[in-house]
Amino acid sequence: MSLAVGGMVAGAVYLFLSRQFLRILFGVILLSNAVNVAILTVGRLTQGQPPLIAKNADILAQGVSNPLPQALILTAIVIGFGLLSFALALGWRAYQEMGTLDTSAMRVAEPEDAP
Amino acid sequence: MNAWLTAAPILTPLTTAALCMVAWNYPMAQRVLSLGGSFALMVLAGMLAATTLDQGIQVVQMGAWAAPFGITLVADPLSALMIMIASIMGFCCALYALGDIDPVRERGGFHPIFQVLMVGVCGAFITGDLFNLYVWFEVMLISSFVLLSLGGTKVQIDGAVKYVAINLVATACLLLAVALLYGITGTLNMADLSQRLPQVANQGLVSAIAVLFIIAFGMKAALFPFFFWLPAAYHTPAVAVQAIFAGLLTKVGVYALLRVFTLIFTGDAGWTHSILLWMAGITMIVGALGSLAARDLTQAWSWQVVAHIGSMVMGLAIATPLALAATAFYLVHDIVVKTNLFLGAGLVRRLSGGADTAFARLGGLFKAAPWLCVLLFVPLASLAGFPPLSGFWGKLLLVKAGLETAHYVMVAALLVSGLLTIWLVGRVWAEMVWKAPAEPPADLLTSLPPGRAYALVLPLLFLSLITVSIGVNPDRLLNISARVGGSLHDTSAYVEAVLGGRAEPEPTLVGEVPHRTGDTP
Repeated sequence: MSLAVGGMVAGAVYLFLSRQFLRILFGVILLSNAVNVAILTVGRLTQGQPPLIAKNADILAQGVSNPLPQALILTAIVIGFGLLSFALALGWRAYQEMGTLDTSAMRVAEPEDAP
Repeated sequence: MNAWLTAAPILTPLTTAALCMVAWNYPMAQRVLSLGGSFALMVLAGMLAATTLDQGIQVVQMGAWAAPFGITLVADPLSALMIMIASIMGFCCALYALGDIDPVRERGGFHPIFQVLMVGVCGAFITGDLFNLYVWFEVMLISSFVLLSLGGTKVQIDGAVKYVAINLVATACLLLAVALLYGITGTLNMADLSQRLPQVANQGLVSAIAVLFIIAFGMKAALFPFFFWLPAAYHTPAVAVQAIFAGLLTKVGVYALLRVFTLIFTGDAGWTHSILLWMAGITMIVGALGSLAARDLTQAWSWQVVAHIGSMVMGLAIATPLALAATAFYLVHDIVVKTNLFLGAGLVRRLSGGADTAFARLGGLFKAAPWLCVLLFVPLASLAGFPPLSGFWGKLLLVKAGLETAHYVMVAALLVSGLLTIWLVGRVWAEMVWKAPAEPPADLLTSLPPGRAYALVLPLLFLSLITVSIGVNPDRLLNISARVGGSLHDTSAYVEAVLGGRAEPEPTLVGEVPHRTGDTP
């Protein structure tokens, strides 16, 4: 799992190095998913032991899987999806306005001839 | 009663935003709601600050889940002070927006989104839970994205693309850091973290996570080398938006750094704080140099935002009680002055009748509006640090704290940065006020309907008054800052207030569901 996270982050960084805004966004998707997998991993992986409290117990038994990382991931996925859809819409708008998604060519806010 | 008061900085703007959305098709109602909500927030934040300074740290456990399991809201002196000053900026910008915001942006939902931004800012200031802090950062971020691109001009979209891209990466860094911290401690409550981190066996991992936090918050705070998005984006949106961004957004990053590096990561201060120190020093110089290179008023101010972030982080990195007090003082001073400068630049742009504030097009302001010049002189002089205005006291405290701890290089950097700022202020004054203009500026009060002109000038007046009153009578704020500095230096009161004086926590195994025997869930 840790190796998978490492691979995803490496892929994300490679995509960030691109000048195309769309590729950068793909990098963001990959990175946020890598982080989500990382959260799951640091919460310790267990198999087949749902975090359910037994009928006559007050607290969780030892060794069940940790439910908190999953709640965190759910929050992170929802937020990440919202941000991503906004960024995609922004990218589309930028393409309409400037006719390019090449970030090096986007010099409207800071013109190149400015000192 | 106090519990509601502590939650009020989140609930008030949230309610206002919801009401504004209900009144989507009625701009007039939205304006009234936005102004009223901002005013209510200001009053409640003032009450909260008074209560906190009076009765000590206010703590609310959300849903009555005991800390460290539930989400905790904590108003300590720093949080209370920040919320109070943020709410004042919120009110001033909401008022300015009444006179400035155009119908297109208003129809696009400016007022509700502005309030949501305030929710995020206040939430970040008051939360005592690290994951919750991440969530508030997101709330702040998404609304700032929308505010930045609202209006959809080409320049705005261009700035927004860079702002969005860098912030998405910063967000992922922050989330990863939070996740790793949870992995090694099994808790997300900041007070609980501060107790548990010293017990972690692998302290090297803790330092690595600390650096990840520096990167994540450094991007938000626009520290060197993560500052480049700020001058690319800040001068593009509507004036009220520029002002609230300059006043609050980067300062939330500074606040987060302050909180995390005084409360949680104190174990390896020699390593983490020296990184912060170097970043702060370079930020000060680079920001000041960048502002001198700018040929546009708002761009110069954007660079100045960067420069002064460096000064604040310097105080944090030195981390004596005096330095932390200086940082708190400087934060308040800088929020007021930066908001004021951007609002002022907006007025200047309006007077010169153009689309931008390029130096080449400005001039003759003294002839056109002498009183406005007097008003603009206050934040300008305070930015440069002329006594007796507020900037002077902030710099004085920082220099004193630096000299006491023999950080001579940093003090030199601070003074050089200040000198460059004075140079910039001199140039701005010459270009904006004295120079003969290409075309004479319009008269403010006659070119606008009178109601709107007042909405534009009153916030400036109000903020300038705050700057002057802090400068002339700094005792009150100095006392509060000293308390903030003390509470940041010795965090035991914070921890005790949140965890209720619980004895040393029993170490939990990594990843184990934290529980205490005898508790009923």
